Amino acid sequence: MEAGAVKQSPLFIKSIPIVTRSVKGKFRNLKTAVMLFGYSFYFILPWIPWERAGAPSQAVLFDLVTRRFFIFNLIVYPQDIFWLAMVLFILAALLFFTTGLVGRAWCGFFCFQTVWTDLFIRIEQAIQGERPARLKLQKQPWNSEKILKVGSSHFLMVLVSFWTAISFAAYFTYAPNLLGNLISGHAVEATYITVIVLTITTYAAAGILRENICTLACPYARFQSVMYEADTLAVSYDARRGEGTKGRIVPKPGLRIREERIEQGHGDCIDCGFCVQVCPTGIDIRNGLQYQCISCGLCIDACNNIMDSVGYPRGLIRYDSEINLKSPTPTKPSIQWMRPKVIGYALSVLLMTGTLAYHIGTRLDTEVAIQQVRQPLFIKLSDGSIRNRYQIHLVNKTELDETYQVGVKGIPDEALDMGNIPHLKVSAGKDLRVNAKVSLSRELAAKTKKFKFIIKPSSRDEAPLEIETNFNSPQ
Amino acid sequence: MIQQEKVVPTTTGHTWDDDLQELNNPLPTWWIWGFYVTFIFTILYWLFFPAWPIGGSFTKGVPGWNDVTYTATTVDGKQVQKTTHWNMRSKFMQDMNERGAEQKVWFDKVAAMSYEDVSADADLMQFVNSAGKTLFSDNCAPCHQAGGQGKIGFAPNLTDDYWQYGGTYELIHTTIAGGRRGYMPPFKEVLTEAQIKQLANYVLSLSDEPHDAEAAKVGDTLFHSETAACFYCHGAEGNGRIELGSANLTDKIWLWVNVADEKKPELKLSAVEKVITGGLNHGVMQPWEHRLQPEQIKLLTVYVHDSLGGGK
Repeated sequence: MEAGAVKQSPLFIKSIPIVTRSVKGKFRNLKTAVMLFGYSFYFILPWIPWERAGAPSQAVLFDLVTRRFFIFNLIVYPQDIFWLAMVLFILAALLFFTTGLVGRAWCGFFCFQTVWTDLFIRIEQAIQGERPARLKLQKQPWNSEKILKVGSSHFLMVLVSFWTAISFAAYFTYAPNLLGNLISGHAVEATYITVIVLTITTYAAAGILRENICTLACPYARFQSVMYEADTLAVSYDARRGEGTKGRIVPKPGLRIREERIEQGHGDCIDCGFCVQVCPTGIDIRNGLQYQCISCGLCIDACNNIMDSVGYPRGLIRYDSEINLKSPTPTKPSIQWMRPKVIGYALSVLLMTGTLAYHIGTRLDTEVAIQQVRQPLFIKLSDGSIRNRYQIHLVNKTELDETYQVGVKGIPDEALDMGNIPHLKVSAGKDLRVNAKVSLSRELAAKTKKFKFIIKPSSRDEAPLEIETNFNSPQ
Repeated sequence: MIQQEKVVPTTTGHTWDDDLQELNNPLPTWWIWGFYVTFIFTILYWLFFPAWPIGGSFTKGVPGWNDVTYTATTVDGKQVQKTTHWNMRSKFMQDMNERGAEQKVWFDKVAAMSYEDVSADADLMQFVNSAGKTLFSDNCAPCHQAGGQGKIGFAPNLTDDYWQYGGTYELIHTTIAGGRRGYMPPFKEVLTEAQIKQLANYVLSLSDEPHDAEAAKVGDTLFHSETAACFYCHGAEGNGRIELGSANLTDKIWLWVNVADEKKPELKLSAVEKVITGGLNHGVMQPWEHRLQPEQIKLLTVYVHDSLGGGK
């Protein structure tokens, strides 16, 4: 009845929670700057007022109810959906471009998962202290100190998650009324669902799961490495310099001065382990490029600080390319952009950005689509003349109600019959479908294959829109 | 690699046959608890939804806990409230009730306004176009075709500008609500073949179709005589009478025989002769007032008048 010792299972290895050490340095500052810059947009944007005639005065508002996206002076309508495809293409190509140049810069500095995780780690650090203090706290039994410290840091995380969710919801509803409605129970169902779901997911992803999202759940993490080339700059450990011929070793008497170490065949790495302690995904960069590495550069900062303190040159861990690291004569690492892949991505980003800007700049305030009624294609009237029918679809893309006049060009004015609706009144941001009949005498119908509809907004001094359409007759 | 703690798995503690041991690798706790939650879920599910089959029936959940109430229309047209246990059919009926209530707002508007006001309201006309298309497709399209273009020899074209029974809103409404029955007697026993030929020539002459002028002249007299008495129904001018639904013989529109599109003059003549000889007794439209609601008939009237475009 004795539990026998068995061979250890290679299939299940329990991972231990990562407790990171804080670090100072240029990449840390860059990360902080990106976070502050991003947050000042995300959290402030929906609360900026913006005067609009006949529409909510909110600078950025994605109004799903009236199907209009307000972005400062631009109003985006469902008909402009292909802009979204362009934006997505630009973002994707931009991601590929950056990854080709400097590796997973998106993951390390810009990704929401990274930014929010970073913030939550800072909250932990502010309340529970630096890494050793947090490790000590972890080992403590659940006494009042631990409950208070862990509880309050998680409470703060939930609070931040909640405000993240509120800010997100504020983009989709009139922000000044959001909190009041939410508390008094008057907000729509979707608002509550959004806020609850986003609070839970933000807290769970950035507060609990953290690096597991990147290593286990994120597809980008896996396919971004495909865009690496030998020239791509990546966070790398200079193993040749760090290990020497006999490997890294902690400094001890006789091995403190760099010349002594080199003489004895040891590298510059003093095996302090700081690069591992600061890593938010808990890897050891000295094992080479790994899929878990999000390229945040914190290990570079950590190593540089140590190198400074022991008086060795900086850059044992640095942004460098595979080619340069292997080269017998390494040069100073620099961005290598003269590659077809990188230039191709840059060109496609520029091209698509230009196209998008052109489309946004040249969009008309009125959108007209004219569709011929095809059943029947033409109608013979009692006096032998021929009638065609059309359906006119008008979209008013302005902020004001507008009345449109419909006319024809290329056929007599009296050929057009708009029924009892001579003036087409279309509310701001709305559309209207109306019937139009065009009747031509048999002689005229035989000559007419095409003519033009003319649509003119009556309150604006604008060139009328001309839309060519077919006229069908028996011949 | 990730910082890892290497766990040595334990065994169940029992050894069989000297050296046979079983590894103890329990499922993760979160997984086990998730599994227990599914048990609790099923039990709650049985209380609220139909679940277990019992013979020819099934359990319906606790009565009153998850009931669905909907309004249904019985065979004799009465509205009744029904309450049943949760099921897909009743949920569907509930959905239909809700959609019907949304649609009713628009139908009420149509019912409350005059025909002219409806046709002048652009927003309401959008509703007439879409709801009218559905109503028309469900009820009228089998005869008048999907686009209302009709079929020569079978059903009138509603998109042209000629109306046998009148093209005003009121008359279209009368036609839809009460139906129509058109009738033309056969003349083969009253007239000789020669006379029918002469009449046919005259009819063709009325709408500028190729004809024998001599015969048409005789036909003219015959048309206005008591022998054939065509003018009783078709009028002295031959342009029809809307109270009878008799055809206008002077325009270019042909309903029962396709004279206009027939290329050969002799075939045009024989087509008209055939109508005069045999008469017509299939211009029948059924009344719709017992099948459609009054507001549906009103909406269809506007649809036929304005959307199909033949009204005047």
